[in-house]
Amino acid sequence: MLKIEANWIDLRYLDALSNQNTFIHRLNPCVKLLATLSFILAVTSFSKYEITGLFPFFLFPFVLLSLGNLPTAPMLKRLLIVAPFVLFIGIFNPLFDHTPVLKLGSVVISGGWISFFSITIRLCLTITAALILVATTGIDAIGSALLRIGVPKIIVIQLLFMYRYLHVLAEEFIRTVTAYSLRSFAGEGVQFRAWGSLLGQLLIRSIDRANRIYQSMLCRGFDGEVRLRRTSTLTSTDIGFLACWLVFFLLVRCFNVPELLGKLLVGVN
Amino acid sequence: MSHHIVELKDITYTYPDQTEALRGLSVRITHGESVAIVGANGSGKTTLLSHLIGVLFPNSGSINIGGYPVTKKTLPHVRRAVGMVFQNSDDQLFMPTVYDDVAFGPLNLGLPPEEVDARVTAALTTVGALHLKDRTPYRLSGGQKRSVAIAAVLAMDPCILVMDEPTAGLDPLSRRQLINLLKTFEHTKIIATHDLDLVVDLCARTVVLSQGTIIADGPTLDIFSNEELLAKAHLEKPFRMQGCPICHPQR
Repeated sequence: MLKIEANWIDLRYLDALSNQNTFIHRLNPCVKLLATLSFILAVTSFSKYEITGLFPFFLFPFVLLSLGNLPTAPMLKRLLIVAPFVLFIGIFNPLFDHTPVLKLGSVVISGGWISFFSITIRLCLTITAALILVATTGIDAIGSALLRIGVPKIIVIQLLFMYRYLHVLAEEFIRTVTAYSLRSFAGEGVQFRAWGSLLGQLLIRSIDRANRIYQSMLCRGFDGEVRLRRTSTLTSTDIGFLACWLVFFLLVRCFNVPELLGKLLVGVN
Repeated sequence: MSHHIVELKDITYTYPDQTEALRGLSVRITHGESVAIVGANGSGKTTLLSHLIGVLFPNSGSINIGGYPVTKKTLPHVRRAVGMVFQNSDDQLFMPTVYDDVAFGPLNLGLPPEEVDARVTAALTTVGALHLKDRTPYRLSGGQKRSVAIAAVLAMDPCILVMDEPTAGLDPLSRRQLINLLKTFEHTKIIATHDLDLVVDLCARTVVLSQGTIIADGPTLDIFSNEELLAKAHLEKPFRMQGCPICHPQR
């Protein structure tokens, strides 16, 4: 099997996870979306040299992972897939920022390294939170939650369609690459020269498909408006869940809890 | 109910790349008829179906469906009367869940929520797919996708069912179930297919297309007995009408 195909089957796994029935899965999608968004906002609002203040935020993904009955290993594996991007975003910080910030023995740690670690931690936190949101809510519920919090319909519809046809497109791509590799004996991967026509073919086929989908929408009376059904009720549990997390985020954002704990333990003011 | 007549008069259609797809095609299909459109690849079957749902408009000639001439103005009426099941179910199932997909048409008709729910449930029950209603379409098998695509069309309550290769890509059991399901429908059925055994089962009348024109139109069994005609249209007798190769190996 091609590597991309294996990864692909892996991606669908998130959908399977979202069909579970746990406390977290039963929560109102809006509440989960808002909690995740405020989590991301809180995590990204720290100054660029912050590391210790971020630690308490690990509680959020940890609690959701365990209460939502999500397997840790596959979620971490997905985090590894985006690891290269994380690395590239922060990799130049140590090169450009030589401000000495910390001295450990004889080793001076520059501000660049600190901010690099800070970025890495933040990306891990936010991406895990997003993955958990999809794995506990499912994309269609997220779509209706986005609508409810006021995201324009056209964007939500785009998102849903993209998610729906990502699978079809990926399967088409996999078939094309398989057909290519079956007739190429030169070695690994697709040759540079072939990429153009390969991607061009894919684009043309996607446009054709988009046309057919549009036709089938027209046949069923599409008039520019996609009507989604929304059935979710807001219970006191939902509000409690959201309120607890909002208070927690606010607290750990305003007070550096690890630092306070450390001071408390060593008794220094 | 004579008002659900489908009438095409002297249709010609040429694609923008100058491919002549239909040349002077005329056919009249009355209410409740079950008609097969057969012919070689590229004989114009899909182009013909596209005209029935107002996706393509003829260069010359006229189309009349259920008393309405097919024009841009009458499209809402035409598309309400004609339900089209596409060849590739993935093109037809675009909503996040099966329920949403089947509800898409009725919601667009502006029906009240209870009526929509009743129609979706009824349509899914008819095709035996009610248990799939909360699933995502891309995780269904080929047969299930086809059933849901048909339910999505049935929920619109059309008078005329148009199908493009309904049995393509189905396993034999799913194919048989689909045929049995279609047998129970009393709609006018227009089916473009290469599956001639399906035609024997479902359609009393067959229209043979070749290079954009009708070369034969008549009772299915008569047409399939005419070997000369079949050869001309790149067809072969349905397997059921051929001798058994094991009992009579001299064929």
